[in-house]
Amino acid sequence: MNAAAPILATGRAPSLKAVGMTKIFGPLVALDDVSIDIPAGSFHALLGENGAGKSTLVKSIMGFYSADKGQVLLDGKEVSIRSPRDARAHGIGMVYQQFTLVPCLTAAENLVISRADAPAVMDWKKEKKALDAFMEQMPFRVPLDAQVSSLSAGEKQKLEILKLLYLDQRFMILDEPTSVLTPGEADEMLGLLGDMAARKEITVLMISHKFREVKAFCDGFTVLRRGRFTGSGDAQSATIAEMSQMMIGDTELRERATRRVHNENREVLELAGLFAEDVDGANVIEAVNLKVNAGEIVGIAGVSGNGQSALVEALAGQRPLSDGAIRIHGQNFFPRRAAFDKFKVFGLPEEPLKNATAPKMSVAENIAFRGFDKPPVARFGWWMSPGPMRKKAEELIARYRVKTTSPDAPIETLSGGNVQRAVLARELSGDVDVLIVANPCFGLDFASVSEIRSQIMEQRNRGAAVLLVSEDLDEILELSDRVAVMSGGTITYVSKIEDTDRNTIGQHMAGH
Amino acid sequence: MMDSAFITVLIAMLGGAIRVSTPFMFVALGECLTEKSGRINLGLEGNLVLGAMVAYAISFHTGNPWIGVLAAGGSGLILGALHGYICKLPKVNDIAVGIAIMSFGTGVAFFFGKPYIQPSAPRLDAIHLGDWTGNSALAQALQVNPLFFVGIILAVAMSWAFANTRWGLIVRMTGDSAASARAMGVSVDWVRFLATAAGGFLAGVGGAFLSLYYPGSWNQGLSSGQGLMAVALVIFARWDPIRCIWAALLFGAAGAIGPSLQSVGISQGYYFFNAAPYILTLFIMIASARSKGAAREVPGELSITK
Repeated sequence: MNAAAPILATGRAPSLKAVGMTKIFGPLVALDDVSIDIPAGSFHALLGENGAGKSTLVKSIMGFYSADKGQVLLDGKEVSIRSPRDARAHGIGMVYQQFTLVPCLTAAENLVISRADAPAVMDWKKEKKALDAFMEQMPFRVPLDAQVSSLSAGEKQKLEILKLLYLDQRFMILDEPTSVLTPGEADEMLGLLGDMAARKEITVLMISHKFREVKAFCDGFTVLRRGRFTGSGDAQSATIAEMSQMMIGDTELRERATRRVHNENREVLELAGLFAEDVDGANVIEAVNLKVNAGEIVGIAGVSGNGQSALVEALAGQRPLSDGAIRIHGQNFFPRRAAFDKFKVFGLPEEPLKNATAPKMSVAENIAFRGFDKPPVARFGWWMSPGPMRKKAEELIARYRVKTTSPDAPIETLSGGNVQRAVLARELSGDVDVLIVANPCFGLDFASVSEIRSQIMEQRNRGAAVLLVSEDLDEILELSDRVAVMSGGTITYVSKIEDTDRNTIGQHMAGH
Repeated sequence: MMDSAFITVLIAMLGGAIRVSTPFMFVALGECLTEKSGRINLGLEGNLVLGAMVAYAISFHTGNPWIGVLAAGGSGLILGALHGYICKLPKVNDIAVGIAIMSFGTGVAFFFGKPYIQPSAPRLDAIHLGDWTGNSALAQALQVNPLFFVGIILAVAMSWAFANTRWGLIVRMTGDSAASARAMGVSVDWVRFLATAAGGFLAGVGGAFLSLYYPGSWNQGLSSGQGLMAVALVIFARWDPIRCIWAALLFGAAGAIGPSLQSVGISQGYYFFNAAPYILTLFIMIASARSKGAAREVPGELSITK
């Protein structure tokens, strides 16, 4: 890289066109004759549900997959991209959802080593000087000498983007870049990228399913559904209804359960001064105080990594509390199996395949986890009979519409949404007093999302105390009776949903 | 009287630290390099024993102990490369392979080493650093083998290279996040193969020190698990080459406690003091596993920590 040249010279943004892209994995047509046209300097959104083929499309462009058919034209000329290395040579870069930075290296080391012509022996003085000069021209900064593992998610995201610019990659593919950012950070970053695109310094293709961001920052959009192109247009003139219609098609959505008004205000769940530590002994949650009443959903909003996962782990018994108490109906609750049964506490943790199932055991066995040692499945508390277990599983599989080849299939063979449904079936089939859910709809398609949210709402209407931890602010706004914001490991803000709005919550999420 | 005995013990421990630490140093540096790349090689005990045998045999046949040292390194390189190659195959567990390599290396060494137990091979010479003191105990303690200095220089060089060279950064990157390395077009398997082979070379050189300098003969009980302890030592040193040196010196000094106490007439608990390095290993493992920094500095790809 030539550090002397102006890095962000205008007019260097490339245009990219992919024509007739087709990719077949065995029996599955992941991508069926899809074309996408992104003019130079455009900020283009790629929309679609999970499994619609967005990742397959960009990975085919990036050279991770070789498309079975189709061609990629960069600035009107056909290019052959067989590996991510080829893509890089053509100035096409991508920011993945999982960061590709090396945690133990510093930001500066990460940048320099990513260069194809990284010197065999580093002259750090010279490199630092060049990096400082580079940073001067950048719209956002990251501390160069900090170890990446110590950076916040937002800083890491920025560093990933800086890395693309540092490598002179002017066509950027961003895969849901704002999922780890506060609304404020997201707007700032997208705004800056949008400005750079408008000055024709870069061209951006962003995978997203946040319509708000697409409307606010993008100029064009392309929609995929089930591996096919279903529409494209001008993001500014198209309405959200049109875009979502292209995304989900004519699928009938189940009616959402409505919020029943009641005047119950028995306090059920109380978190009193909870503290928990990470492996380094630093507090991941500090003095968390919160009360949840019967028939109420309390939503905990926050940017990922602010202690929400640790809180859910503590409530589920996966992480020891260093101080504080959990009380249910005024009695101390220690998260053990017996207490879960006694107090009727149920939960859907995030990543249920990892946190709430034994992946290689069958669907039926996983569904029996709460009751395998009780009648009718077990006699004397230890003699299990597979008959009743299977019968119960079949019943729940039908009622919750879990798509599985058989109750005996290992649960890891199910799709994400169906694992979620199976766990919900297990957790909601009994009498629920306390329900703890974390990111219940993460990565699910529209139909599943509305179904699962309805289930949660039904439990609330039945009188359960529901604690909903979610990184999706829209979900919190839709479901909660009260909202709490978690920032820096503690709850910084609590409000009734009708007394607050997205902006106020966003500001508290950012720690103001 | 008590004072002079105490000083004698201290001097003996200093001498012990310098003498005994060298093989620890080489094995630990080799293991450090391998683990930094994200793989564990538990087989270095095998490299150490095989290196000792090969060094002794080659020194006996050629009459030049330094050729023996190189040959020992070569034998370690081959064992390391074997480990690296097997681990490249899909679904192979590096820990299991390491244990197999350990048995294999010691077995091969015993098999070919039988005829070399009796004959006497030329040894490595020491540099006499303490003769000017006029104190015979100190002079003896300060007889330093050149390999000791090679080890220290190597540690400094490795430490520098991890921070300042492309290769160093690539090794660290591979060890911390294979996905990132792959995304950058680095061949993870190849980097680990090279790091394991190079680590094996160093462990082989460590073995040469055992048979050609101290204790200075070849027999089957030569190593008594030093190669395994060196693996523990890397964890204690938190994957830092310079700290590996300090840890090796500490282990060496601990190993000298028993013999030096005996030399001043304290023979009670001789076997207990001889076990000092092993007891130390145990406590160090417990302490470092509990330490909070260790969790942060461990390479993210190591199979023990994943």
